[in-house]
Amino acid sequence: MSRSANRTLQITPLALLLAVATSSARAAPPTVEPLESGRAVYEHWCAPCHAAGPGHPGTQSLQVKYGGRIPPVLLDRTDLTPQLVAQFVRQGVLSMAPFRKTEITDAELAALAAYVARNHKAP
Amino acid sequence: MAIPPNVTPAAFDAALAAWRAAVGSEWVFTAAEDVALYRDAYSPYWGEPEERVASAAVAPATLEQVQAVVRAANAHRIPLYPISTGRNLAYGGSAPVYSGSVVLDLKRMNRVLEVNERNAYALVEPGVSYFDLYDYIEQAGLDVWIDPPDPGWGSVIGNALDGGAGWTASPFRDHFGAHCGLEIVLASGEVVRTGMGALPNSKSWQHNRWGYGPWVDGLFRQSNFGVVTKMGLYLMPRPEALYSAAATTERDADIVPMLDVLNRLENEHIVNGSTGIFGGPDGAAASFPTWTCSVPIYGPEKVVRAQMDYAKARFTAIPGVRFTEGELLRTPLSPEAQARVRLVNFGIPNLSTFAMLGRSPSNPDPAGGHIGFSPIVPRTGEALLEFKRFYRENLAKLSGGEDLGIVGPVYMTCWDRTLVCLIMFPIGRDPARNAKIRSAFEGWVRLAAARGWAEYRAPAAFQDLIADTYSFNHHALRRLNETLKDAVDPNGILSAGRYGIWPKHLRKV
Repeated sequence: MSRSANRTLQITPLALLLAVATSSARAAPPTVEPLESGRAVYEHWCAPCHAAGPGHPGTQSLQVKYGGRIPPVLLDRTDLTPQLVAQFVRQGVLSMAPFRKTEITDAELAALAAYVARNHKAP
Repeated sequence: MAIPPNVTPAAFDAALAAWRAAVGSEWVFTAAEDVALYRDAYSPYWGEPEERVASAAVAPATLEQVQAVVRAANAHRIPLYPISTGRNLAYGGSAPVYSGSVVLDLKRMNRVLEVNERNAYALVEPGVSYFDLYDYIEQAGLDVWIDPPDPGWGSVIGNALDGGAGWTASPFRDHFGAHCGLEIVLASGEVVRTGMGALPNSKSWQHNRWGYGPWVDGLFRQSNFGVVTKMGLYLMPRPEALYSAAATTERDADIVPMLDVLNRLENEHIVNGSTGIFGGPDGAAASFPTWTCSVPIYGPEKVVRAQMDYAKARFTAIPGVRFTEGELLRTPLSPEAQARVRLVNFGIPNLSTFAMLGRSPSNPDPAGGHIGFSPIVPRTGEALLEFKRFYRENLAKLSGGEDLGIVGPVYMTCWDRTLVCLIMFPIGRDPARNAKIRSAFEGWVRLAAARGWAEYRAPAAFQDLIADTYSFNHHALRRLNETLKDAVDPNGILSAGRYGIWPKHLRKV
């Protein structure tokens, strides 16, 4: 790649990646492909706040909120349903403002919710 | 479905039909649940009648679609409110200033059009965030840095146009100052390119910002005269190293000569990093220095070591001032170093700033949102000490004797010759508490203005209040802005009320 060439890049082709994603967050166990799509959405939009380690305000907040009773890292949780994930994304909580459909489309949200809730276990 | 104020249902239907034809039905949002996503989560009027809310949203993906949307809005007199990534939290988020406006959501315009390493510049669209531009540069392996502000999900264009600042070297920290060339859609739908971009087939749009004739770019900063659809910006060639030090003193009055030295070193371009001024003894442990100036220098290792020697000599010439060199960090950072530094100082965007007012062991029940009052104060020790006294003497009175959770002052030095004295206010969902915060905020604005200090950038709900303080010669600047507004947007469709500039039909007499 030329180091000074003009290039054009569409940054978030997630909608294309997610063409196969289910449009609903309820479903049988998700297939691998939507999970991979959901992972991409998670990495772009959620990981900067919710990944493990210091410097992640979402993780810090959930650590204080639950005092260790529930894992502070979203991906370590088994109590999150796709519906709950979708609700937080669209309604926001505290300093996390809601995400608009130009940021996370409905199809991307379905894939994201399936990915974050992939370890859900019924109580 | 909500309808914008002063718009007939028939006119709105006609505009919606035109927008759907231009951008596709799925990108025109009128359902209440979709429009609610555009509420300002940090609104100081959350849930109250005065909260600024959208009536609908439309999201074009190309310049031509923006033109079509604006032309239809102009034809049907529909108020539009352009946003870029919509993450301008604490300054209005994705909500309009004029309630009932249709948000023109530019997030889908998310292309990095060019990154030029040889001349160190980029050309981007409004939906490009700092994360996006950083990822693009990383993936391309280019040897340039961006200058991120605190939250990395903000728009590169939006932050520059709103007057934002970052955390690497001067002059890149001044985001509008570091831009080079705009593409603008006017209210008529016509496209204008500024600077060298006005030359058809220009080969130097991002090389030279001035072009020929009047330089109009400043008219599109904190204003409502057009919709910016492309912007060039200067990038920083990756520096070889960042070398930091701290100058400290135990005596309050020493801040006067210390700031004189700091200013001199910055104005000589010896110290080019994002300096900091910390301290003031209020509530601090006795062992804590009364004042600390951080002294960061970017550049080649041999050069920054010589610059640091010079800086040390200047600071230690002040009796009682100690100077402690810190670590010299070479770039690219090792993973180990990356885990312990403040990433924005190394051009790496992140969201760690939200931890500051978020839930933490010391703040287990945070309000959620916040706003800031950030008056511009001269960069002198005398002015800093005056502001410190001003804050201490007025905090209780302006808070009505309560602890409203107000935090300050934080002394910021993002721009040369300038102190920004930040006071932060928590914003939650309790209308009664928010009303007290609003009252305190207004009090600070008015008291500061009486001293000759005023805000550089305002939350949407307070943009009129702040604009009122810039009142020299019977509001001559506002009258000039209104004259320009009437000329360039005669139907007043773009961002009504933004930064206190209202179109003729909504102007208060």
